[in-house]
Amino acid sequence: MSQLHDDKLKFLEEKANDIRRSIIRSLQAAGSGHTGGPLGMADVFTALYFHILKHDPANPDWEQRDRLVLSNGHICPVQYAAMAHAGYFPVEELQTLRKYGSRLQGHPHRNMLPGIEVSSGPLGTGLPQAVGMAIGLKMNKQPNQIYCLMGDGEQDCGIIWEAVMLAGKLKLDNLTGLIDRNNIQIDGMTEDIMPLEPLREKYESFGWHVIDANGHDFQDINNAFEMARAIYEKPVLIIAHTIPGKGVPEIEFDYRWHGVPPGAGPEDKFAKADQVAEMLSRLRTLDGKIRSEHQ
Amino acid sequence: MPANPKAKLVENILDLKNIAQAPTRNGFGEGLVMAADEDQNIVGLCADLTDSTKMGDFARKYPGRFVEMGIAEQNMAGVASGLAAIGKVPFITSYAMFSPGRNWEQVRTTICYNDRNVKLIGSHAGVSVGPDGATHQAIEDIALMRVIPNMRVFAPADMIEGKKVTYAISKISGPCYVRFTREKTPIFTTEETPFEIGKAQVFWHEAEGKKSDVVIFACGPLTHNAILASSVLENEGIGVRVINMVSIKPMDTGAVIAQAKEAGAVVTVEEHQISGGLGSAIAEVLSANHPVPIEFVGVNDRFGESGEPNELIGHFGMAPEHIVEAARKVINRKQEI
Repeated sequence: MSQLHDDKLKFLEEKANDIRRSIIRSLQAAGSGHTGGPLGMADVFTALYFHILKHDPANPDWEQRDRLVLSNGHICPVQYAAMAHAGYFPVEELQTLRKYGSRLQGHPHRNMLPGIEVSSGPLGTGLPQAVGMAIGLKMNKQPNQIYCLMGDGEQDCGIIWEAVMLAGKLKLDNLTGLIDRNNIQIDGMTEDIMPLEPLREKYESFGWHVIDANGHDFQDINNAFEMARAIYEKPVLIIAHTIPGKGVPEIEFDYRWHGVPPGAGPEDKFAKADQVAEMLSRLRTLDGKIRSEHQ
Repeated sequence: MPANPKAKLVENILDLKNIAQAPTRNGFGEGLVMAADEDQNIVGLCADLTDSTKMGDFARKYPGRFVEMGIAEQNMAGVASGLAAIGKVPFITSYAMFSPGRNWEQVRTTICYNDRNVKLIGSHAGVSVGPDGATHQAIEDIALMRVIPNMRVFAPADMIEGKKVTYAISKISGPCYVRFTREKTPIFTTEETPFEIGKAQVFWHEAEGKKSDVVIFACGPLTHNAILASSVLENEGIGVRVINMVSIKPMDTGAVIAQAKEAGAVVTVEEHQISGGLGSAIAEVLSANHPVPIEFVGVNDRFGESGEPNELIGHFGMAPEHIVEAARKVINRKQEI
């Protein structure tokens, strides 16, 4: 696996911090939406949009692009933030999230925002579409990659396993799935709501190659995607172990922050009125969590 | 005989003993191969019912363009959406009960909201599925599909029209649903019968010198029952028109309003729940534009059951005599106004 240079790591870590800041601000402006997932996936999205994906923000429909399919559409604030910082649209537009007339719908809609591959939100529907794209590209003998990002709670959906079964049958090696394994869903911890483990063995038994990765370590994330490209004759699943709410220590691991925005969250750490300011200030003093800012 | 000559229907349209018969789904099978011969982007997906939905000929001719999905209709809708995103033109087939019955939300979100060029083929629609019983008799599918933005809905009257619809939808972009039936039914249109997406066709016209007393809007194979009913009414001196509403959405609203104005009384006929189907769609148009009395022939808020197709069509009140009765009733209602 190729070693990312310190400059690259620093660049990615700073981008991730910008993206987290944008997530907090846009969610505050929206007054509703999910916080835990977007913050937890900020590093993976940064790696994708700033290092891994073959894409062109100035030409979102570029035929040779890789396709990023977001299956768990509710974490779209992180995708919007990553896209804005990558140059798809102005960063200021993030403040229109979820508002009337905005291209940034509460759950993403492809006909409104160029660069969104599929409209999503109803869980489980992204992976089948990614599988369809992978089949279509293989029929056309096009080399592009399909990446499908999923939630772990989403693995409860039966349709996911229909798609997993088909991808295994067809040996879709141009498809890489990634599960945000943050262990929370709306009603609580995934293993209490509906146990998913052993997740790796489940996918393996359906004919997938599975890679575990630290979803907050850019070197590890990059290694996983490089390995995924190298695996032949099998679809690949990356289980990205992430911390929901990552970046703001006081809300990390707390499932109560799954579906609420800063300013409307649980008050045991910060009063609602102080939540945005506290979160933004804490993001800047991560104390080792985002290395380059700490150095 | 007052079958509209412009409709170029078969000569022996009233001769139930000798008229040729075939299931409408056969028309899908032929139309798909015809369309696929011309367009290499057409791909076929089926959920373990390949021959029964008549996708078999396509699958054998173009194995590299066919994907066997297994019994996974929800996934089939999503995968089709993904294929369309790459520029393919997917036709997906199952029994109407399962696609678009079981996978309605995936059809709505991944196909219609995304506005993807996917063609849904629902076979075995209606109670005429017969012995399989209510679980396999989709009588809600027109309602389920016509309520979704971007979706177009068609119910061909016979095998030949089924072939024309299949071919025609392969040439337009966007989501389409076509409902087909299992049983053999009369082939009463011909290759020359006009068909156009969004157009209603006058299949039966009152005799010269008479006026239109009632207009029957029908879709699917029951359109033939409407014609049988018309010949009975005609013998009683009643002027009848039968309009073939194969294109339920987009609907030919101009024709619907004009025909209703002329007749002043309407009967709708469909092998579907009265609630939400063709009749409801007609009523929506007429109540907003030109309200007239309407009688609805269809299934009245019940599930189907096992039996022979004709027994069931009779049992649920969709036989020619029921259409005759509905026409008499609506003419009486018109006179009471």
